[in-house]
Amino acid sequence: VGHAVLAINGSEVNGRFTADGKDVLEFLGNPANYPVSIRFGRHRLSSNEKLMLASMFHSLFAIGSQLSPEVGSSGIEMLETDTFKLHCFQTLTGIKFMVLADPRQTGIDALLRKIYEIYSDYALKNPFYSLEMPIRCELFDQNLKLALEVAEKAGPFGPGS
Amino acid sequence: MSRSPGRKQENHKISRELFVLTYGALVAQLCKDYEKDEDVNTCLDTMGYSIGVRLIDDFLARSAVKKCRSYSETAGMIAQVAFKMYLGITPTVSCRSAAGNEFSLILDKNPLVDFVEELPAERASLCYCNLLCGVIRGALEMVHLAAEVTFLQDRLKGDAVTEIGITFLRKPEDRKHKRN
Repeated sequence: VGHAVLAINGSEVNGRFTADGKDVLEFLGNPANYPVSIRFGRHRLSSNEKLMLASMFHSLFAIGSQLSPEVGSSGIEMLETDTFKLHCFQTLTGIKFMVLADPRQTGIDALLRKIYEIYSDYALKNPFYSLEMPIRCELFDQNLKLALEVAEKAGPFGPGS
Repeated sequence: MSRSPGRKQENHKISRELFVLTYGALVAQLCKDYEKDEDVNTCLDTMGYSIGVRLIDDFLARSAVKKCRSYSETAGMIAQVAFKMYLGITPTVSCRSAAGNEFSLILDKNPLVDFVEELPAERASLCYCNLLCGVIRGALEMVHLAAEVTFLQDRLKGDAVTEIGITFLRKPEDRKHKRN
């Protein structure tokens, strides 16, 4: 069906193993561990896939704004498919924030703006973060996670990816 | 600086005095490090630039302003929204040239010079608040607007007012091709 186990009892799952090395199927097979809460969702993209997606989309975005019949087009804001929606928000400084979500998920616009705030707070204001580099800031990750959780709960249906 | 209400953290406000003192200490140290006033000015401008390239996103994220359609709108935005947001003051804007690309911001009050009345004799050409010029220049560059920003007049040097001059360097038509 294309879905994968994303988390068990709150701790993230990577492939077949949880973060502390337990085998997922073994864990689920043992009734002593019940009741257990499992989170399903689409596969998380790997870093490589994210880079590919970002660079492809960046080019498509540029072509899209040039081809647009409207003068001064702001570029691709949303890409809709059967299985997901890709939302893109470009700031006046040229940074693009992209969110891949379930097609039924609402509130993505607000989420994108919230992510912009989180970026400007925890990434840009971190003196050790260099512009244009991958963001490895603990506070950024934490706050981003919080914002995503809030957005997921607010949406009418289950979690986005 | 104001924060969105959703934040669960304690009051972010730090005393204004501490900020002004910190800035003063920074300038004083630079004066010790560099003999020539021009070097100190350049250093302040460079530091301001590094701040500006990051501050612009914070400004845009918090103020949610729309894209400015003209240089005069941009200058107005800097004076009325940005200065107000970060320093709590609102300089007056006026256009300085017929071409419409040179503006001046007249600062009535300037918190950075709360404790400074005039420059010492050996530092007569020091631009004490040059950091601000760098910030404006860095911020504008990130939204693809090249500009020269300098102090045209300075009360600390004995002029009547403190005036920052912003000269936009490129025509808006050129910018369209740079858009990504």
